[in-house]
Amino acid sequence: MTEFDPQDLKAYAEAADAWFKEHVNPDPGFLLPLTFMEVGTDQQFHFLRDWQNKVFEAGYLGAAWPKAYGGGGMHPAFQAEATKAMRRNGSPIFLNAIGLNWTGPLLLDMGTEAQRTKYIKGILSAEDIWCQGFSEPENGSDLGNAQTKAVRAGEHYVVNGSKIWTTLGKYARYMILLARTRTDTSRKYDGLTFFLAPMKIEGVETRPIKKLTGEHGFTQTFFRDAQIPADEIVGVEGGGWKVAMRTLEFERGARGGQAGGYVAVGSNAWDVLELAKKMNRGGKPALEDASVRARMVDFMIEIQSNALCAQRTGFGPLNTDRPTGLALSSKLMNTEFARRINEFAISLTGPSGAYYVGDKNAVDGGWWTRSYLNSFSATIGGGTSQIQRNIVGEHVLGLPKS
Amino acid sequence: MQDLGRLGFSEDQATLLDVATSFCSAKSPISKVRRLIEDETGHDPDIWREIVELGWLGIAIPEEYGGAGLQLAEVVPVMEQMGRYLLAGPFLSATLAAQAILAGATEDQKRTLLPKLAEGQIATLALCEASDDWDLVNIACTAQSTASGTLRLSGEKRLVCDAGSATTLIASVMHEGRPALVLVDRSSLGPKALRRETIIDETRRAWSVTLDGVEVATDAMLDPARAQAALRHIHLSANLLQSAEMCGGTQAVIDYTLDYLKTRVQFGQLIGAYQALKHPTVDAYVGYEQARSHLYSAAHCFGEQGVGEIATRMAKAQADAAMSFAADRAIQFHGGFGFTYDCDAQLYRRRAIWHASQFGDAAYHKAKLADLLL
Ligand SMILES: Cc1cc2nc3c(=O)[nH]c(=O)nc-3n(C[C@H](O)[C@H](O)[C@H](O)COP(=O)(O)OP(=O)(O)OC[C@H]3O[C@@H](n4cnc5c(N)ncnc54)[C@H](O)[C@@H]3O)c2cc1C
Repeated sequence: MTEFDPQDLKAYAEAADAWFKEHVNPDPGFLLPLTFMEVGTDQQFHFLRDWQNKVFEAGYLGAAWPKAYGGGGMHPAFQAEATKAMRRNGSPIFLNAIGLNWTGPLLLDMGTEAQRTKYIKGILSAEDIWCQGFSEPENGSDLGNAQTKAVRAGEHYVVNGSKIWTTLGKYARYMILLARTRTDTSRKYDGLTFFLAPMKIEGVETRPIKKLTGEHGFTQTFFRDAQIPADEIVGVEGGGWKVAMRTLEFERGARGGQAGGYVAVGSNAWDVLELAKKMNRGGKPALEDASVRARMVDFMIEIQSNALCAQRTGFGPLNTDRPTGLALSSKLMNTEFARRINEFAISLTGPSGAYYVGDKNAVDGGWWTRSYLNSFSATIGGGTSQIQRNIVGEHVLGLPKS
Repeated sequence: MQDLGRLGFSEDQATLLDVATSFCSAKSPISKVRRLIEDETGHDPDIWREIVELGWLGIAIPEEYGGAGLQLAEVVPVMEQMGRYLLAGPFLSATLAAQAILAGATEDQKRTLLPKLAEGQIATLALCEASDDWDLVNIACTAQSTASGTLRLSGEKRLVCDAGSATTLIASVMHEGRPALVLVDRSSLGPKALRRETIIDETRRAWSVTLDGVEVATDAMLDPARAQAALRHIHLSANLLQSAEMCGGTQAVIDYTLDYLKTRVQFGQLIGAYQALKHPTVDAYVGYEQARSHLYSAAHCFGEQGVGEIATRMAKAQADAAMSFAADRAIQFHGGFGFTYDCDAQLYRRRAIWHASQFGDAAYHKAKLADLLL
């Protein structure tokens, strides 16, 4: 990592702040998604894609990725400043999460030179939207048992089967695909191969699935004799499980190297505090209720816990006993917190908790109920909280497998 | 958005963490802890001498008074490792007494007392009373000026840690209607003035102390103008160091439980494979990591106006929650053995109860935080 001049960093941060202040459009006139998993209409899609492209062109996304592939070639501290500036100025989310946060870092880590050259720039510019084909209807948590088949035929693999819960499936040009190239291995994991699969080809079809919020956002994806070029493999044939596990480390934030920006906005304890001040309990602000105060403080302690644990990953001497502990538990900590605080916020809204997005009487436009329902996307997607507890129990604490 | 504190970690903390880990693990194996529970003094004077020689009593005492001139932040890793290995002794009492003097004494008193404390003379705080109030300025004991120019004390103090081995007690009293701190030589107390109490944490020693009839010189009173501020400083310092001792204890009780979950077999499989045990153990572990993050944030921000208090109260609240839960589950997950005196789970559960009872439990600190934050 090259050193940098703090003056340069300061100038860059100020420029970023000014740029986002000028360019963020706080109200495009329609509902924006809270997370990359909620992109459900073409209007939302085009708005967010254009936005990501604009931010990339301005130099505030992928600032720390290598120049050779389209990044900014700067020290990670620069991207961190740009990301802070986005948050400060209320930037919308970046939709190409699967490209920016997992495929990109994965290719920079394990991809070939040709793959990096071909894919990295399109990930940053949002020209190429990515999706992830891991889960199947019959195999979700048990990802290692994936049964979608890929059979080698000359210069191609022929794919048959179905993936499900494919976020951005409707819009994606490429998919990171985990498919079974062999069925006769003694360990189920050894028959898997990791592909960079084109989506806009013959034999690939997506069908939208409506989410519990009533919106769209993911699809079921069907493969019928779809042909993937044989060189679009990450790692080696039969080595897909290792690559998939590495991908999940990027996805869960257990490993760094992402492009920057953020792919979800959530509720924080201070927003809920404002809500508790304005909602009513027995003729008084809800915040004066003793039980509300007690829970509010619990959430503040917890949000601070999570922030401090994230900071602590950078302090080596404070992580000697279980070096991977904080990284592997952060998804569990943060996603369960988000679900519970949104649930609490709904209770603060009293009878109006019954309104949903679209009704003029809904508190804060229905933000809290929508946030609560959407929070399950993170406690289920990317490996459920139960699976996270298995992972921490087994890989951090060394407990026997369930 | 309010500043709730942030993490920082010094070279000195890192060094002390290293040294304290090796020292405490070597000097305080569980067999020794168990032996000292049976011992009247409750600690090993030879180990105390070694601790003094390591300079740990003077870590947070300024150099001009014979200390190392560091902060309480540097005491935290030491206290944490003592808690982890249940190392017994008057370290916490003596460190807090030095803090009381630093925050509340006159210049003369500091010059006389602090160098002695840095060299291992044991002092302790006598603050608790029958009122069972965590508010340290709610005091019933009194000091009255006499015609002969002395102070006559009255009332009873409770839960005075290590009073049996201390040379000096620092007692809180009301003097002319205001809180004050006075130095009391233990040798000036009558043979009946001290009663060893039966307390939940058997690795500690605590005493009731009757002050009735005790007379001390006027200059035994710390600076009356600084008494309130000193009591406040003691309250926060105590909570910071307790959080440290609790974090260490939480780590140890989780490790202890994990050992069992990885060796005990029922229904043909290791019990740690059962998610009814595995998942709560992970929750205990996550609670511990969170508590430790709060601890080192509180240590780092301790001296900052406002933030120091918030971070410290959060640290104690989280440490209490984490240790209570981890130790409670430790008993349960050891089954019938968990119910025995031989199982170490009880040592940690008892200690968590002790720490919650002193200087405020989680609920108390959360109520204070509500006033600070909401
Ligand atoms: C919003 C959203 C977006 C998603 N996007 C994608 C995507 O883009 N690409 C993709 O590939 N997948 C995606 N997923 C799928 C997601 O990864 C799976 O839903 C998840 O891994 C769970 O698998 P499942 O749905 O088959 O549930 P199951 O595995 O059938 O789980 C059902 C229940 O059983 C529990 N359970 C299962 N196994 C165990 C065990 N061993 N121990 C304890 N409990 C267990 C689970 O925790 C859960 O509560 C997405 C999911 C959501 C909700």
